[in-house]
Amino acid sequence: MEPLERYRPIIDDFDAFLAACERPLGNAVRVNTIKASVERTLAALNEAGVDYDQADWNPRVLTLEIDSPGSTWTSFHGFTHGQEEVSAVPPVVLEPQPGDRVWDCCAAPGGKATQIAALMDDRGTVVANDNNLGRISALRFNAERLGATGLAVTNADARNYSLERFDFDAFDRTLVDAPCSCEGTIRKNPDALDNWSEGHISSVAGIQKGIIRRAIQATREGGTVVYSTCTFAPEENEAVVQHALDNEPCRVVDFDLELEHAPGLTAWDGETFDERLERAARIYPHQNDTGGFFVAKLEVTA
Amino acid sequence: MADGNDGQRFDRLPATEAERTVDGRATREAVVDYFADRFGIPPATFDDYTFWEKGAGKIWIYRGEAPTPLEIEAIGMTCLRTRQEHWKPTTDVVQRFGDHATECVIDLDREQARRFAAGEDQMLEWWDGDWGYLIAAHEIAGEAEAIGVGLYVHGELRSMVPKGRQRDLEP
Ligand SMILES: C[S@@+](CC[C@H](N)C(=O)[O-])C[C@H]1O[C@@H](n2cnc3c(N)ncnc32)[C@H](O)[C@@H]1O
Repeated sequence: MEPLERYRPIIDDFDAFLAACERPLGNAVRVNTIKASVERTLAALNEAGVDYDQADWNPRVLTLEIDSPGSTWTSFHGFTHGQEEVSAVPPVVLEPQPGDRVWDCCAAPGGKATQIAALMDDRGTVVANDNNLGRISALRFNAERLGATGLAVTNADARNYSLERFDFDAFDRTLVDAPCSCEGTIRKNPDALDNWSEGHISSVAGIQKGIIRRAIQATREGGTVVYSTCTFAPEENEAVVQHALDNEPCRVVDFDLELEHAPGLTAWDGETFDERLERAARIYPHQNDTGGFFVAKLEVTA
Repeated sequence: MADGNDGQRFDRLPATEAERTVDGRATREAVVDYFADRFGIPPATFDDYTFWEKGAGKIWIYRGEAPTPLEIEAIGMTCLRTRQEHWKPTTDVVQRFGDHATECVIDLDREQARRFAAGEDQMLEWWDGDWGYLIAAHEIAGEAEAIGVGLYVHGELRSMVPKGRQRDLEP
């Protein structure tokens, strides 16, 4: 937990935050409405005698009172997919609509790409990209199990992604669920902080900046880009969004989120950020008993 | 390429025989007819979808936009194996579209369904329908739900659920 000490000044009730980071997480699943309605899924869980808790902010997010959520009939049928509660936030903030062209530029293993497809009623195009071929096979497996028929899967570096392979030249919406230092996954992976270093953070931040810029370039004017990470480090969050604001035509916009969260930072370590970054959300583990996440929503302005 | 078929590339299926340029390639019409004739799935079910071939005989179903040909990792889901005597649908496509099926659906009880999902073969001599590829289904929360594809021959139902999809589920 040592590396997290640097966040003491920015996190309210830091002791509660640390205590939450020590506790393991429950088994969260997302109801995959491509395969079954929430109602039918709950009926199937009831029939199997599996107890669950439904998230207040999102009826499609459940915590199952069971050791192996992968060995239920609901999972076998693709009615449910194991996905951490906070990990279901970015697609909701993206607000994809049926028929949209959406780019999920860092998509493997596909939890959010398939959630985007479900939010679109499986109508439209979701280009699910990842630069890691091994992780793409997990993405493909999940997409097929969940019955997402609108996914086009590509294997490329998002930083210099080419749209030439398609007939259109811009996306309506893009999700950048960036590779990151994963501090916020500590409750799921107790060794998440083992290789923590400021050097690592600054090298990942370099990649994140390249990806967010390409995401904005590939999205049409008036379109939406959502930037998210599962880490607390401002260098990988507000500073990356600030880099995008400085270099690409975009602005930070508001969104509603019924989970408890803190506003984005406007200063860190001697650097200041655009005031509108307060509209981003920092979700800490002690606020809703979840993992940690950062989400910012951008509108492309040219 | 001799047969005009490329293992790295997705090619959209021609609508009908008249438009076919690659030998042996299934047509959209034939694929839709197959699902209608074999399983009673109404052709209109597939109106918003396109069908693609990548690799000899492997057909994919897709609902998004894409030009043909296309060199990417995947589009939509694998759907059907053609270029063999008996076409064979995939487990996942049957789970996705099987609720529209009215024929060649074999309803399993709890224990039979559990064995099927675990990949086991089982003797089910009471079945008096067609032999060949069937959709295995069971009741879940009061409605029938497709589990996957089985091959029925000589009184035995062989589970075709791929290894990576098999699960040991509660009875
Ligand atoms: C946080 S994970 C994505 C999780 C995924 N969105 C989900 O919900 O299942 C970040 C992903 O980014 C990929 N990645 C890292 N660098 C990349 C790059 N330059 N271009 C594209 N993908 C990249 C990693 O392989 C990893 O799968």
